[in-house]
Amino acid sequence: MSAMFEQIFQVGFLAAIIRIATPLAFATIGEMFSERAGVLNLGIEGIMLLSAMAGFTAASLGGSLWLGVLVAVLVGALMGALHALFTVALGLSQHVCGIGVTLFSSGLAYFLYRLIFGQQSVPPSIEGFKPVPIPLLSDIPVLGPAVFNQFTLVYLAILAIPLAAFVLYRTPWGLSVRMVGENPRAADSAGVSVITTRFQAVILGGALMGLAGAFLTMAQFNAFTFGVVSGRGWVAIALVVFGRWDPWRSAGAALLFAFVDALQLRMQASGLGHVPYEAFLMLPFIFTIIAMAFMSRNAVAPSALLKPFRREER
Amino acid sequence: MFRLEARTSTPAWFNLALPLIAIVVALVLCSGLIAVAGAGVIDAYGVMLSASLGDSYAITETLVRAAPMIFTGLAVAIAFRAKFWNIGAEGQLLAGAVASCAVGTIPMPGYLAMLLMALVGAAAGALVALVPATLRVKFKVDDVVSSLLLNSVIYYALMALIEGPWKDTFSGYPISPPIEDSANFPVLLEGTRLHIGVVVALIAAPLCWFLIARTTLGFRIRVTGENPEAARYGGISVQRVLLSTALLSGALAGLAGVGEVGGVHFQVMSDISPGYGYSGIVVAMLARLNPLGVVPAAIFLAAVMTGAEAMSRATGVPAFLSDVIQGTALLAMLVALLFTAYRIRRVGASA
Repeated sequence: MSAMFEQIFQVGFLAAIIRIATPLAFATIGEMFSERAGVLNLGIEGIMLLSAMAGFTAASLGGSLWLGVLVAVLVGALMGALHALFTVALGLSQHVCGIGVTLFSSGLAYFLYRLIFGQQSVPPSIEGFKPVPIPLLSDIPVLGPAVFNQFTLVYLAILAIPLAAFVLYRTPWGLSVRMVGENPRAADSAGVSVITTRFQAVILGGALMGLAGAFLTMAQFNAFTFGVVSGRGWVAIALVVFGRWDPWRSAGAALLFAFVDALQLRMQASGLGHVPYEAFLMLPFIFTIIAMAFMSRNAVAPSALLKPFRREER
Repeated sequence: MFRLEARTSTPAWFNLALPLIAIVVALVLCSGLIAVAGAGVIDAYGVMLSASLGDSYAITETLVRAAPMIFTGLAVAIAFRAKFWNIGAEGQLLAGAVASCAVGTIPMPGYLAMLLMALVGAAAGALVALVPATLRVKFKVDDVVSSLLLNSVIYYALMALIEGPWKDTFSGYPISPPIEDSANFPVLLEGTRLHIGVVVALIAAPLCWFLIARTTLGFRIRVTGENPEAARYGGISVQRVLLSTALLSGALAGLAGVGEVGGVHFQVMSDISPGYGYSGIVVAMLARLNPLGVVPAAIFLAAVMTGAEAMSRATGVPAFLSDVIQGTALLAMLVALLFTAYRIRRVGASA
């Protein structure tokens, strides 16, 4: 047991948790904004994939990583707008539209990637982001090198959590988002445009999903492969439920998931007995399902989630 | 200004034309990508058409590919009718494939093997579908998310099998042992891959239609989906209906896997399904959740998939175009569906 604790509190292990949690935190907060406004975005898996591809392509052709990040965010926002067009403006089924957006954007990602890079036995890679140590803070024993010697995008994710909480709970726009997600009629009567606010929230959510995708291909793997997102989008949706639609709790859920994932990676590496490595790969997904079973009973979703709003229909 | 206005009735021709309009819109939109790839749009679609439906062999290949999508399309259509959001047909298909393959490797008379493969495969799919349904009924877990997450779990379980106990020690490839020759599904036309499972899929569609449209269970499924409150008031146990729907839906998706093992691959490998479970959603929506519509919808998608490979070889346009067409067709169909309930009316111009 003490050996296990030693493992856990190693710098490398803590750093791995932070790195795994970063794209999940972006994606989860993005999905949370969307759902808080009343729109479930099942397009997340595809949006992350297309953004990851677009960011990688821009970075490798344009030569600048930050250009790649910008492109990924723009693509994410654009796909968010597409989902909003279908679900908010036209009021179509959020479930099915989300799956449609995922099918469309992952198909497009693979199509364009193959078109641009052709078929190669080894996927082309880029020189990704390098860790940037923060002076003084990175000197803190254990915690310093793990948390404060990271990619800039990691710091951005850490900042995004309090920022998201501030925006959601302390700004007029955040109030509008919560209103249109809880009681769109009341919001409408109070002069808040339900359609506009929902569009903004879903687009912001898409942009954050784009950041998540950018992290995968420009900091974590430095290449685009077909399994680069591999269910992280779906996990983020579960983490929103697990985090009860709150930025802090959602980020905490992302950290917890990252902990389980990092643990399974460690156990895989240590060659624990004769357990097949797939059993470890399954673990985070099973963990998420079980966690949802525990959390969902008391979870209170935004009451207008999944419900389209049409002003004429009262 | 334009405004959506509720329709009081929908013209009959409109209902039939809808999927066709959606498909044409998808094909037109995707022609932009063909142009970007530097190929002639007419040429590319021409190659797709002739390679998928141009001669009798092409037609059999398209039908073989349509079979699993008929099953997953039916699985999704029936589930969605009850508003059981089963996005897990992919995992249920894989479970059906693994289970039927395990049965198929046991030596026994061919007809018995095939029957058992179908039964066990369907049961495996049903069992997997029962998980998200139970979680929803007992713990209020969102069925979309749990069925999606289960897909990954089942996939890794399959990988563990074919890289572990099932791994071919001779070649070292991660594939399962082949099923017994006697368990291979009979081929209907010599020189083609048209196997008996395709016929079963084609028969399953009208059976499912009968079930939904003419039986008590079908009635309960429809009422539960349309208005759970009314269903409850009418003495229908919504929970039981959801569980039965899940069993039925999962069994159908499992049969998709059985057909792939018994009729096409004769073993299990990691890419046994190129996403047939997800295509099932597109099929079901194009069919407007009507089991009879599933057959033409599946054949259309199968033709796109078969044709895309030939198009890719002939014109260099990446075959992933078929995935984009699928996604676009689904979105176009959803928009088209809007116009069955609403019409566009110009407002404010004269007022």
